[in-house]
Amino acid sequence: MLNFLGKRAVASAISLVGLVLLVFFLSRLTGDPTGLYLPLDASEEARNQFREIHGLNDPLIVQFFSYMADLIRFDFGDSIRRSEPAIDVVMRGFAWTLQLTFVTMSLVVVFAVIFGSLAAFNVGGVFDRIATFFSLIGASAPDFWIAIVAIVIFSVKLGWFPTSGTGTVWHWVMPVSVLFIRPFGLILQIVRGAMITALGSAYVKTARAKGIKNRPIIFVHALRNALLPVITVIGDQAAALLNGAVVIESIFGFPGVGKLMIDSILQRDFTVVMAAIMVTAMAIFVMNLLIDILYSILDPRIRY
Amino acid sequence: MTQIQNQDTDLPDIPKAPNPVGQTLQMLWNDKFAFVSVVFLLIVVLCALFGPLLLEDVATKQNLRGRNAPPFDFSASWPYWLGGDALGRPLLARIIVAAQNTIFVAAGAVFFSLIIGTALGLVAGYTTKTWSQVIMRLADIIMAFPSLLLAVIVLFMLDSSVFNLVIVLAITRIPVYLRTARAETLEVRERMFVQAAQVMGASTRRIIFRHILPVVFPTLVTIATLDFAFVMLAESALSFLGIGIQPPEITWGLMVSLGRPYLTTAWGLSLWPGLAIILTTLSLNLVSNWMRTALDPAQRWRLENVRKQNG
Repeated sequence: MLNFLGKRAVASAISLVGLVLLVFFLSRLTGDPTGLYLPLDASEEARNQFREIHGLNDPLIVQFFSYMADLIRFDFGDSIRRSEPAIDVVMRGFAWTLQLTFVTMSLVVVFAVIFGSLAAFNVGGVFDRIATFFSLIGASAPDFWIAIVAIVIFSVKLGWFPTSGTGTVWHWVMPVSVLFIRPFGLILQIVRGAMITALGSAYVKTARAKGIKNRPIIFVHALRNALLPVITVIGDQAAALLNGAVVIESIFGFPGVGKLMIDSILQRDFTVVMAAIMVTAMAIFVMNLLIDILYSILDPRIRY
Repeated sequence: MTQIQNQDTDLPDIPKAPNPVGQTLQMLWNDKFAFVSVVFLLIVVLCALFGPLLLEDVATKQNLRGRNAPPFDFSASWPYWLGGDALGRPLLARIIVAAQNTIFVAAGAVFFSLIIGTALGLVAGYTTKTWSQVIMRLADIIMAFPSLLLAVIVLFMLDSSVFNLVIVLAITRIPVYLRTARAETLEVRERMFVQAAQVMGASTRRIIFRHILPVVFPTLVTIATLDFAFVMLAESALSFLGIGIQPPEITWGLMVSLGRPYLTTAWGLSLWPGLAIILTTLSLNLVSNWMRTALDPAQRWRLENVRKQNG
């Protein structure tokens, strides 16, 4: 187990260092932030001073090594846009995204497992049709379009939910429902497929022969074995959400890490971009690890 | 004469071996959803090929009296049937013209990522451990690299153009094919026919391209058809955020984004292009579902059975 953890950590660290290198130099290619932050008629001295303050005057390679030297002490530098530590800005956004991911994925998992199991139990029935419909919509509809249409219908025409922000529970309804659709359709299909296999196996027949009722057979006997492939997909989908649902967060004005990322990229706030990438990469690494551990709990045959 | 001869003999009718194209078409006709989808996709492809040639002028002509014109006004000329946009350009004509960029970007991105990803995946699966490690770490980095940043970098460095957007999307999709190709290659390389080829002295290149690739390729093509819809959505999301295609070029995603300020007054500006995206991706998904069954010899009987029942 420890050996496995070590190997995983080394592989991830290599990728992370490569990512940091690449992002650092490539993002510097997108131009000098000076023009974006100073007024158009700023003097050359003012521009130089701005660059001096943010360390943009040094040669790139010097900038890189001083950045890395700070990074080793967990100093991610200051945000140009907010003039506060970049890591604080990122962690604030990440906390929102983490909550959004958690709420959405919990709902997705609960509903997908229930609907998927019922669809598998009665192939061609009502639940099966619901499953097919949602997975097609989830795979086909652009989420930003659904978000816009939802705003027009539910906020503008009916006035039920606010259009943006995070103040109350009502603010969460629309972003969560729009984000819900795609992973729901996908996981539903996976659950359905895995459950059909599980329900056809010999031990389910045995359970049925012993006179066990349908509900325990589905949710106790079959489900536990069907969950393994499902967990992988849940992990992938959660990772996608953790990376920041950029489009949905910007449409609904949700202050998560996705919105932060696109704003910082457009504003050339390099330190925040770097910090955001590193934080989400770490989070995804931890989550993948948890999933691997969950695997060995669910299936004792899997050992690392 | 042949008919009479047939009646004379007592032999039961032996059905003629159906011609494969006709049979496939028959199977398609029997699955109504797939059939409608194929017809719709054909229309989209025709729009993409000939739309800009025929309608470029109509679609860019501004008409201030037609500003945000409401849809379904059938007294107007047909390009205005879905209404006009903020500059009074006919929406229907613009959707038809935008089909070209939308389809071209998706097709180009899928094509390049399929070729590059497959090549790298084959190499990673068949060569030494070092190379395999290098390629896999590269794939990890690409996966973790935010595609938004990549889009902004390309937009800033290389200017906005359809081809540059193709590059961005292709790069982000490479890992999908790379991983699949590698996983399949790892399995296939252990099979007997590969060992036989090795023993007979075939070169590595020959083994990879003549022996392994044909086995791996069908899976990858299946993924590519599904990926086409995904890439279309990704392109429209980038264009929607303003870092994809830039005006005056148009795609459906950009049209949705351009209509956003007028949501409360002219909802059609965003609705129709979005509907075009949905219908196209939906058709793609339905067709690829059907194709997976129809082109897989192990599953094909399911569709053929239906034909017999109906006939």
